[in-house]
Amino acid sequence: MAHTISTVIDSDGIALLTIDVPDQSMNVIGPYFIADLGAAITQLKTDDTIKGAVICSGKDSGFMAGMDLKQMSAMLFPAGNTAPDMAKIFDRVFVLNDLFRQLETCGKPVAVALEGTAMGGGLELALACHHRVLSSNPKVQIGLPEVMVGLFPGGGGSQRLPRLIGVQTALLYMLQGKSFRPPEALALKVVDELAEPGKTVEAAKAWVKANPDSSIQPWDIKGFKVPGGSGQFNPAFIQTMMAATVMTTKETQRNLHAPHALLSAVYEGIQLPMDRAIRIESKYFAKVVADPQAANMVRTLFVSKQAAERGARRPTGVDKAPTKKLAVLGAGMMGAGIANVAAQAGIEVMLLDRDMPAAERGKAHAEEQMKKRIGKGMTPEQMAQILARITPVAAATALQGCDFVIEAVFEDPAVKAEITKRVEAVLGADIIFGSNTSTLPISGLAHNWSKPENFIGIHFFSPVEKMALVEVIMGQQTGPAALAKALDFVAQIRKTPIVVNDSRGFYTSRCFATYVQEGTQMLAEGINPALIENVGKQLGMPVGPLAVSDEVSIELGYKVMQAAKVALGDAYVSSKADDVAAKMVALGRLGRKNGKGYYEYPADGGKKALWPGLATEYPLSAIQPSAQEVRERLLYRQIVECARCFTEGVLVTPQDGDIGAIFGWGFAPYTGGPFSAIDTIGAEEVVETLDRLAAEHGDRFAPPQQLREMASKGLHYYPAVSAKAA
Amino acid sequence: MEAYIYDAVRSPRGRGKPDGALHDITPIALVTQVLTAIRDRNGIDTADVDDLILGCVAPVGEQGTDIARLAVLTAGFAETVAGVQINRFCASGLEAVNMAIAKVMTGEAEMVVAGGIESMSRVPMGADGGAWASDPSVAYATYFAPQGIGADVIATKFGFSREDVDAYAVESQRRAKVAWDEGRFAKSILPIRDIIGQVVLTHDEHMRPETTMQSLGALKPSFTAMGEEMPGFDTIALLRYPELERVNHVHHAGNSSGIVDGSAAVLVGSKAMGEKYGLKPRARMKAMGSIGSEPLIMLTGPESIANKVLKKAGMTKADIDLWELNEAFASVVLRYMQALNLDHSQINVNGGAIAMGHPLGATGAMVLGTAIDELERSGKGTALVNLCVGAGMGTGIIIERI
Repeated sequence: MAHTISTVIDSDGIALLTIDVPDQSMNVIGPYFIADLGAAITQLKTDDTIKGAVICSGKDSGFMAGMDLKQMSAMLFPAGNTAPDMAKIFDRVFVLNDLFRQLETCGKPVAVALEGTAMGGGLELALACHHRVLSSNPKVQIGLPEVMVGLFPGGGGSQRLPRLIGVQTALLYMLQGKSFRPPEALALKVVDELAEPGKTVEAAKAWVKANPDSSIQPWDIKGFKVPGGSGQFNPAFIQTMMAATVMTTKETQRNLHAPHALLSAVYEGIQLPMDRAIRIESKYFAKVVADPQAANMVRTLFVSKQAAERGARRPTGVDKAPTKKLAVLGAGMMGAGIANVAAQAGIEVMLLDRDMPAAERGKAHAEEQMKKRIGKGMTPEQMAQILARITPVAAATALQGCDFVIEAVFEDPAVKAEITKRVEAVLGADIIFGSNTSTLPISGLAHNWSKPENFIGIHFFSPVEKMALVEVIMGQQTGPAALAKALDFVAQIRKTPIVVNDSRGFYTSRCFATYVQEGTQMLAEGINPALIENVGKQLGMPVGPLAVSDEVSIELGYKVMQAAKVALGDAYVSSKADDVAAKMVALGRLGRKNGKGYYEYPADGGKKALWPGLATEYPLSAIQPSAQEVRERLLYRQIVECARCFTEGVLVTPQDGDIGAIFGWGFAPYTGGPFSAIDTIGAEEVVETLDRLAAEHGDRFAPPQQLREMASKGLHYYPAVSAKAA
Repeated sequence: MEAYIYDAVRSPRGRGKPDGALHDITPIALVTQVLTAIRDRNGIDTADVDDLILGCVAPVGEQGTDIARLAVLTAGFAETVAGVQINRFCASGLEAVNMAIAKVMTGEAEMVVAGGIESMSRVPMGADGGAWASDPSVAYATYFAPQGIGADVIATKFGFSREDVDAYAVESQRRAKVAWDEGRFAKSILPIRDIIGQVVLTHDEHMRPETTMQSLGALKPSFTAMGEEMPGFDTIALLRYPELERVNHVHHAGNSSGIVDGSAAVLVGSKAMGEKYGLKPRARMKAMGSIGSEPLIMLTGPESIANKVLKKAGMTKADIDLWELNEAFASVVLRYMQALNLDHSQINVNGGAIAMGHPLGATGAMVLGTAIDELERSGKGTALVNLCVGAGMGTGIIIERI
């Protein structure tokens, strides 16, 4: 029986409860902790020698990180395919809520010593204590981030936080999953006092000793008023709730359910006494948990993402191979960005370009990016230290001693071939060589390296500093050492890797392009561009297809299309979308970069607007499709392409596909990704819809055979998950 | 049983601000004067009145506790007169009359006084709270956005520019001035008095006859900030109407209904009651009703209810001589004219709420009275009186002059 809490009663009768969950790097809430906390509460209630309690963590990693994955999975993946039993789900999710309520009504004063980070359920535990002491260490943070993975604070947080800090502020933090740093936490009264690092337990004990009768929470005292007011007769509260719904809808586009459930939990709960309020919270939480959306988001955004970052695709039997000295070929935007993130991770970087001015420009870019962060966690000294790691060079001979190469030169096979061979001459073919190409097949580029098993694709996204995803591409001959090296590097720079197999456009470029193409196709058909753009956003994509085309540049898409035509010859399938791109380029409308594309970009930086000329080039069809039809086309065009990548073996796991989609091109995150979406909708219905769309709009919607088989056999991409399996 | 409209009386509309002429008249006192007037003008014994129905959209505070029943007592009506307050938002005053007509037709009542009261300077719009905007589940289900956003969506979707809506407003002001100057409302206006009997208001003081395109052009649109920035209602609008690239914000105080204080009452009764008191019936109902419509755009109900009541009455547009649609916002009327193919010369001929104001619970009874006055003045036969309503509704009535 795992023992997660140890209790020591001191001579003042204060029980010190130290949380230390075995076999976990951070304290997390799991079934043993719940049982142990229950027992501890019983002891507090019944043992008369105990005058009060202090709760603290026995781990240096922090106070508590929230719920254990297994516990969460048990909540989120009800066994079998039956309709959710809401009463049972409520009972399951109410356990923790009830426990925290028992803690705060146990009749003894309980203080909590937050020496380190407390997130989610960890902070909710602290909120149920009568007094909170937080370390003044600026690195420590406390927060309720559950919204980020499709849940919301369901351990009393949605009820206690507003009663402590007011409805408006509480909603702001919970809806954004934002954390409090110690000074904010104190100023806002999330915590009662700050103590020097190492002294929180002492301060907590002192409070308990000085306040033997303070065992009642403010909201349990008659006449309690929520700070800032609440209830239908309070104009400020009405305003707050009205604004909150609108602002939340801006973010969710009515796709994400949890934030709206949180709003209702707060609105309804705040009008009730705590015992009933937490039941309201748990009922809304039960609804969220029963909704497949939460399971999908937790799986992709939390479980799969973490697994990828911890090397889920890393080959076994290869020693860790962190990069000590990186060679970056090409100091353009991508190369400079790669150099920047590598240097920030402590790696020495040799930044090569055709001449010194070009190489130095790349380093200057890194400097510019870092300057923006001065005062926001970056000091001038740190910046100088990091910059010192980047050495601009103009000769390949300067790359001696590098143990990993990333090529980020001009997207042209001849240019890449030349530099690749030149670098091999200096470093030898035993060094791992990675190319940042976004579309050129790796196996072809690998011919330029004498040992193609050491050649790999490592595709970054722009802007490198911000985008978490790295798409690692296995050429036909790429070996495990190269894969391990690439993944170890991605781990060093703290990004999220997916691993795919070689093909034109790999996974992300190929599938993302379909979103743009379908949008452009619809424009060519005379569909209202405002409708196309709005539906794209309302489907959950970051921006509409025409806007994103402008962002990456219509010209770039056009060039990629031209290259593909050349490479595929007769095999290339032309489309109306290609004609549109060609026409726009011919009209000199290249995209945002020259101030005009599908949109007009005012020189003074004002809001962009659709180019009125579109109505002349592509007159509106008399019959317009419904928003639903447009949405279907935009969504299904992408997911069928993703399914094809899986069938063809470009993708090896659905996790790579889902992570790649969400973090690579912003595919509707609430779905958990295209493969989660197909599983949730059901292959049968997906195939039906694709067949209908193919009949109406063309073969590009035709489902691959594998998907048909899945439909007829009732199969899923992800294995059926049960509480046990988790 | 037939029901007749025998009389209509209204207070002038005071500015709905602390400097408004009616600001220091309590809502009860205001409606009491109107009720007293309708009794005295018609010489009726209120023991024959079965019920008083008053529209009031913010029935809280001073306007709470069933202001109709209280007004019965303060106006010295017979104790046996019942009283009920109703709320169908902006159409409440007309809804009250429609209900009165139905009560008489069914024989439930012989005589009913129906109208409305709204003192917006004392009990502001929204004072009643309500789940609509603030309960997240309700706001979500109904795609809640305030009426100004809906009006701007109408302008955007149906193609009315800033110039179009401003031009409409200028014309409303011009017509209202002509109507007042010519005494077209004289039959119906009751000057309002204070505690010691001094007259405090005789005319609709919200009017701005000096309004021009230029003076309106200088005004900033009222709903841009709440639409585009805080909290950003345009997002909600585009979720409902994704065919619009953006919402064009064109409405402001000068082309929207004025916020005012006012009260009105209409006398509805059976044939027998009219004969008993020697009252000449002024109009009868041909058809009436209410309908729901899309709640976000909110104010497009009138075209639907117009079609519904025309059908009920077995009439066509051509059979209607006079059209009246409350001027909640200029785009509302412009859209109505567009949908029904009406010319501006046919509708709101004596101006409307943009010039004179819209005391929410009372307006419906006021525009009905205005239409009856105009039918009598012009000799025309039929009128269709209509109001757009919050949360997407329309209430209308076709009347025939007798």
